[in-house]
Amino acid sequence: MASLKELKGRINSVKSTQKITKAKQMVAAAKLRRAQAAAEAARPYAERLSGVMASLAGKVSGDSAPKLLAGTGSDKRHLLVVVNTDKGLCGGLNSNIVKAAKAKAASLIAEGKDVRFYLVGKKGRAPIKRDYSERIEKWFDTSDVRQPGFEEAEAIASDLIERFEKGEFDVAHLVYPIFKSALAQDPTVDQLIPVPSPENAAAGGDAVVEYEPDEEAILEELLPRYVKTQVFGALIEREASEQGASMTAMDNATRNAGDLINKLTIQYNRSRQAAITTELIEIIAGAEAL
Amino acid sequence: MALHFELVTPAKLVRSEDVHMVVVPGTEGEFGVLEGHAPFMSTIRDGAVQVYKTEGAAPETIEVRGGFAEVGDKGLTVLAEHVDE
Repeated sequence: MASLKELKGRINSVKSTQKITKAKQMVAAAKLRRAQAAAEAARPYAERLSGVMASLAGKVSGDSAPKLLAGTGSDKRHLLVVVNTDKGLCGGLNSNIVKAAKAKAASLIAEGKDVRFYLVGKKGRAPIKRDYSERIEKWFDTSDVRQPGFEEAEAIASDLIERFEKGEFDVAHLVYPIFKSALAQDPTVDQLIPVPSPENAAAGGDAVVEYEPDEEAILEELLPRYVKTQVFGALIEREASEQGASMTAMDNATRNAGDLINKLTIQYNRSRQAAITTELIEIIAGAEAL
Repeated sequence: MALHFELVTPAKLVRSEDVHMVVVPGTEGEFGVLEGHAPFMSTIRDGAVQVYKTEGAAPETIEVRGGFAEVGDKGLTVLAEHVDE
């Protein structure tokens, strides 16, 4: 059995760990609120843009459709854009995202496609590198900004579009977590490029709409913007997911530390009492012997 | 006579209000939008959107970059990537 001093040391170290996890939990809770507000604020733009896209995409079709909408005509080379967090301490979030990305990659490879990775965020690098080190195209670092905003999304999207135009890949998928609640963040795989045609294309309405310059030119300009918005949405979801997962994980950690402290304290008190009892028996036995 | 005007960026909904007229710098020239404008879509060059709260009032200008305007039944919606107020 551990000595009293050792037990005391362990109790103290668990206590200080608990303090840290508790602080991190509270920080995550505060940041989560902000991240959720940001997600809320970004929604109107995304909704309007996809509405316009839907009404336009229905009108422009066939050969005149831009490459970003129609695709390159082949689907041999796939690019997986995996959005991970930059910081750890958020439970199973990153491993879930990586798992989803790997599953997608495995199924594409099984179909005989060529798969490459484009990683955003620090925490996805190591686990993906382990399995697919030669397939990683680029690491995009978002760790030097406090909260990734539209600028980062713009940089990522422009880079992706440039690579697409150069013909480096045919299809791009976006892997990112969708924030459901602090307890659940679902990793999702969405097709990013070519932009999937909206299903409700007829929703454009019956009114005759005038276009300036014309439908194709507008669509050409809107498509890159749509890709940017998708990436921005993924970054925002990631932010909320990270804080939510972190809050839950730290809550668990704090509770576990509490349990551990209780257990150790009981053990400590028992051994202290046992020591006292032994001492008493020794004194009594000594006194009786006289 | 009021036109519903909305200015939206990826980060937030900047404006959502009823105004008299909005002058938008379209790629092929500026155009003013009053209430009851026909459905219309246009890309916007970087420049100032002028918002006239009431008839004859001094316009409020908002600098936008990377924009797109849509006029529908619900009024005018300007989507912009960056807004300087």
